Amino acid sequence: MTSTMTSPSTTATPPRPAVAAGLAAGVSGASRGPGRSVTLSGSREARWVLRLADTCLIHAQRLSEWCGHGPILEEDIALTNLSLDLLGQARALLSHAGQLDGQGLDEDQLAFLRDERDYFNLTLVEQPLRRSSAHAPGGDFADVQVRNLLLAVWLKLHWQALASSSDAELAAIAGKAVKEARYHVEHAAQWVVRLGDGTEESAARAKAALERAWPYTNELFVDDELDAHAAATGLGPQRSALREAWLAAVSAVLTEATLAVPAASKFVSTGSRGVHSEHMGFILAEMQHLQRAFPGGVW
Amino acid sequence: MSRTDTTQEWPLWEVFVRPKAGLDHKHCGSLHAPDAAMALQLAREVYTRRQEGCSIWVVPSSQITASDPGDKDMYFDPMEDKVYRHPTFYVLPEAVDHM
Repeated sequence: MTSTMTSPSTTATPPRPAVAAGLAAGVSGASRGPGRSVTLSGSREARWVLRLADTCLIHAQRLSEWCGHGPILEEDIALTNLSLDLLGQARALLSHAGQLDGQGLDEDQLAFLRDERDYFNLTLVEQPLRRSSAHAPGGDFADVQVRNLLLAVWLKLHWQALASSSDAELAAIAGKAVKEARYHVEHAAQWVVRLGDGTEESAARAKAALERAWPYTNELFVDDELDAHAAATGLGPQRSALREAWLAAVSAVLTEATLAVPAASKFVSTGSRGVHSEHMGFILAEMQHLQRAFPGGVW
Repeated sequence: MSRTDTTQEWPLWEVFVRPKAGLDHKHCGSLHAPDAAMALQLAREVYTRRQEGCSIWVVPSSQITASDPGDKDMYFDPMEDKVYRHPTFYVLPEAVDHM
C-alpha cells in the first residue's frame, strides 16, 4: 500500500518513484506469494473454532518444549503424549475451521501462515513453560502440571458440551477428544496433588505456579459477541457457562493438594481476541520460520 | 542427590498388560513410580502407546518372590523325560476334535 492511498490529504507529496515501486512490489508479494500470510474471511463460526484450535495448538507447542527435559523418562514420554493429543485436536479443528472459513485454507496454512493478530488462543497457553522469562522462572515442572490441570478441565468441559453441537463434524471431533481430555485431567490432577501435598519445596513451587497461572484464568470465562453467536446457533457453549463446573473440578483437586484457590484478580487477558502477550511473537517465529523460508515444505 | 543413593529413588513396579479381552496379562517391563496410582498412569504412557492393551496391572517389584536361577536344574530338569505328562497320547472323537 503506498502512502498516497492512505493519506486523507490531497496535497500529500507522492513518494519518490523508486521507493514507491519497491514498496508496492514488496507488499503485493506479501499478500499473495507462497509462504506469505493468509487472511481470514470473517466467518464467525470459523473464528470461534479457531479459538479452540489455537489454544490446543499453542498449548501443544509449549508442552513440546519439554520433550527431553522431563524429570523422569516416563513423565517425559507422558508430556510428549499429551502434546501430541493436543496437536491432533488442533489439526482436526484447524481443518474444520478452514472449511468454515470458506477460502480453501488447509490446516498447515492456518497453523503456520497467519499473522499474530489472527491467532485466537488463550493468553495462558502462550506463557513460557520451559524457558525463563521475566514472569516465570522457566523449567519448573509445577508450572507444567498446574497449567495442564487448569486447561485440561476447561477443554474437557468444551468437548463435553460440543458433543451436542449443531455442527456434526465438531461434535465428532469432540467425541474423540473428550477421552483424551479426561486422561489429561487425571494425569495433571495426580501430579498437582503430589506436588501440593508433597515436600515443603514441592508445595511452595506448586503454590507459586498456581499464582502465576491464576490471573490468566479470567479469560477462560469471558464471553463476547462470538460466544453469544455460538451459543445462539447451537455451535458451542458460552464460556461463562463453564465457569461453575470448572471451578468445582479444579477446587476439588486443589483441596486434595492442600493448595488454596488464589484470590481473584481483575486482570482479563485478551489472546482469544487476537491481542497477545509479548511471548506470542517468539512462539510464532519458531513455529513459522520453516514454512516462511521454504513455502510448502514437507517431509 | 547422589546417583548411588537408592533410598531416594522411587520404588520399582512390574507392569503387566492384557493385549485384549480373553487373553492373559503379560509381563512387559518395569518402571519407577512414587505410588500405585502414578505407576498405573506411567505404565499407560510407556507401554500402551501403540494400542498394546486393554488392561494394565502394576505390582510392586518387591512383592514378587522369584525362583533362584541357580536352582534351575533342580526345579525344571526333572521334567525333561516325562513326556507322558503332555496330553498327546489320546485319540479324540471326531465331535470334539477342535479342542
